[in-house]
Amino acid sequence: MEKNLAHIALFAALIAVLGLVPKIDLISGVPITAQSMGIMLCGTVLGAKRGALAVLLFLALVAVGLPLLSGGRGGLGVFASPSVGFLIGFPVAAFVAGLIVERWTATVGIAAFAGAFIGGIIVLYAFGIPGMAVMLDKSMVEAAALATPFLPGDLIKAGLAALITQGIAQMRPGALLSRPQA
Amino acid sequence: MLTLTSPVETWAHPLPAGAKLLALCGFTVVLFALKTPALLALAAGGVAAIIAVCGRDFAQTSLRLLGPLWFFSTVVGLWHVWLGDIPGGAVVILRMVTAVAAANFVTMTTRLSDMIAVIERLCRPLARVGLQPKTLALAVALVIRFIPVMLQRMAQIRESWRARSHRRPGWRVMLPATLAALDDADRVADALRARGGSG
Repeated sequence: MEKNLAHIALFAALIAVLGLVPKIDLISGVPITAQSMGIMLCGTVLGAKRGALAVLLFLALVAVGLPLLSGGRGGLGVFASPSVGFLIGFPVAAFVAGLIVERWTATVGIAAFAGAFIGGIIVLYAFGIPGMAVMLDKSMVEAAALATPFLPGDLIKAGLAALITQGIAQMRPGALLSRPQA
Repeated sequence: MLTLTSPVETWAHPLPAGAKLLALCGFTVVLFALKTPALLALAAGGVAAIIAVCGRDFAQTSLRLLGPLWFFSTVVGLWHVWLGDIPGGAVVILRMVTAVAAANFVTMTTRLSDMIAVIERLCRPLARVGLQPKTLALAVALVIRFIPVMLQRMAQIRESWRARSHRRPGWRVMLPATLAALDDADRVADALRARGGSG
């Protein structure tokens, strides 16, 4: 019980920190923060349930007015902005990412990449794009075009999330809660 | 940085948080029902007036919080100019800016403790499935406490990287940072258990 609570709370803090830390320069000129990688890591490291709960806790703190989203955004306003679909998709993305790492018996690195990709990109965009379409009164295709510039960065983040998850599996196998040791 | 609540005391600060949130929900629903630029401009003007009444500093902060919308406003604006559908673009942009400004107004005029109290009240039914309100409060406190701790450690990891290499740290600091978060979680769990558990 205490272990679950501590992991959920500390990973919620990790998501926040990844949004506050200066952008990681992956592609020159495109400022991307690591926040969505934090969402992926919640799932691939903590597993489906704990990962989703960590993300929900993080979103609750954003909603009550802490400026923890990347770029120092926060408060209720972000839930009325065009990005609302992505916010709703965050916990689902972490859940799916965690589920894949838990259920698929492939090597940790491969399962984590699949989880981060399917959860953190496909599922997340499946929420985010309709959200933008509704909020901006645009068609799905137009909204999808608006999201495309972020795709390369998110692909890199999925790769990094997989590398980090694999690194944890190698250095501290017991700490990878998504893959409980038999 | 710690909270978005405005230090400028306004007329809306003493109002109960629940009432403000309900009013915000109602306002947003109405906003999405309005379809003409004129009516939306009226709503936008109303919100602007409410913000302006609260003074210059307050208004400036409100404006700064709308900053992230520039990207969407510009893209949608240009798109509609290209389509030749100016009123349609005006509807989308006015609605978006007004909805976000109104929501930010509630955030700026409500204290963090009042907001957390609302969340706790909303989560009370969850006690039946095992989520005790005090567990939630503990989790919230842990997150707020550990954000500065983790930021500091991230800076330390970067510094020690720089001491060892002339290359930039980049993403490589992420693995030690995540490992440190996992170790912290174990220690926090032990500490909670040693103090009588979390619930």
